[in-house]
Amino acid sequence: MKDLSLHILDIVQNSISAGALEIKVSILEDQDRDQYSMEIIDNGRGIKAEDLDRVTDPFFTSRTTRKVGMGLPLLKQNAERTGGSLSISSTPGKGTSINVVFGWSNIDRPSMGDIGSTMALLISSNPAIRFIYTHTTASGSFKLDTNEVIEMLDGLSITSAPVYNFLKEMINENLREIQFS
Amino acid sequence: MSHVKSLADLRKLKEDLQGKMSLREKSNHPESMVQVKVAMATCGIASGAKQVMEFFINEFDKRNIQAVVTQTGCMGYCYAEPTIEVTVPGQEPIVFGYVDTKKADEIIEKYIKNGELVEGIIPVKYQSIEINKENK
Repeated sequence: MKDLSLHILDIVQNSISAGALEIKVSILEDQDRDQYSMEIIDNGRGIKAEDLDRVTDPFFTSRTTRKVGMGLPLLKQNAERTGGSLSISSTPGKGTSINVVFGWSNIDRPSMGDIGSTMALLISSNPAIRFIYTHTTASGSFKLDTNEVIEMLDGLSITSAPVYNFLKEMINENLREIQFS
Repeated sequence: MSHVKSLADLRKLKEDLQGKMSLREKSNHPESMVQVKVAMATCGIASGAKQVMEFFINEFDKRNIQAVVTQTGCMGYCYAEPTIEVTVPGQEPIVFGYVDTKKADEIIEKYIKNGELVEGIIPVKYQSIEINKENK
């Protein structure tokens, strides 16, 4: 993947496939500890204990349309290349949590990319799912909760193009304010 | 310091768009609209599916075409990503492969608006269990 926002788009698809109705995406940029961490937590059906060790195996997948599952293995590989790591915990029936850490200063750490359009796309095309996005840097923090968005829209479709473009711009503008990387 | 958008601005946007009732009606009758599903698995995302989906969302709005654009998982055509499934009301779904924004534009102008088939169709190689039962 060219940037981290595409990894997020990819991994969140797993949460959606697992039937999650609430997905939290949290980014923490900690230059003091030289860590760039991302956490994706969902309340989907979870992963069975016997499968948990295998989800980062590219030849293991729950899908039936193909025999490989590349999303988590690629993310893990990219994180480890920067001196980071990926960990997964899950409780069947309750949900899954994925935490991935990249070396903040490592030259191989991809940039975040257009996270605004990624989150707006996820929100717009999954109106039944509550997304909570938070991004924290040394300069500040930004949070977006789609429950608040829906309340503001008061009946207007969250799937419409003007709302999609607004959310995309709002997210990117606010992230620029906190100097994300 | 330039103004940064907030949820308060979203309320204002909502008021500005209030008159466009079609936005409200859209969510109530998806089956009467063009439906575009964009495959958004790892191979699709890596091949540019996100840009394709964004293109459809914006272009349907600009061209005033009532449509629902959603994302779906892997459809199994990893060799031909990005792939999309287009369902025009009253027609069978058609899967297109190797879809970039240029092909997406062609699909909108030729297939969706005029019913003219374009290159890049991936033929269906399976039938659902229900159809097989009906044929027996």
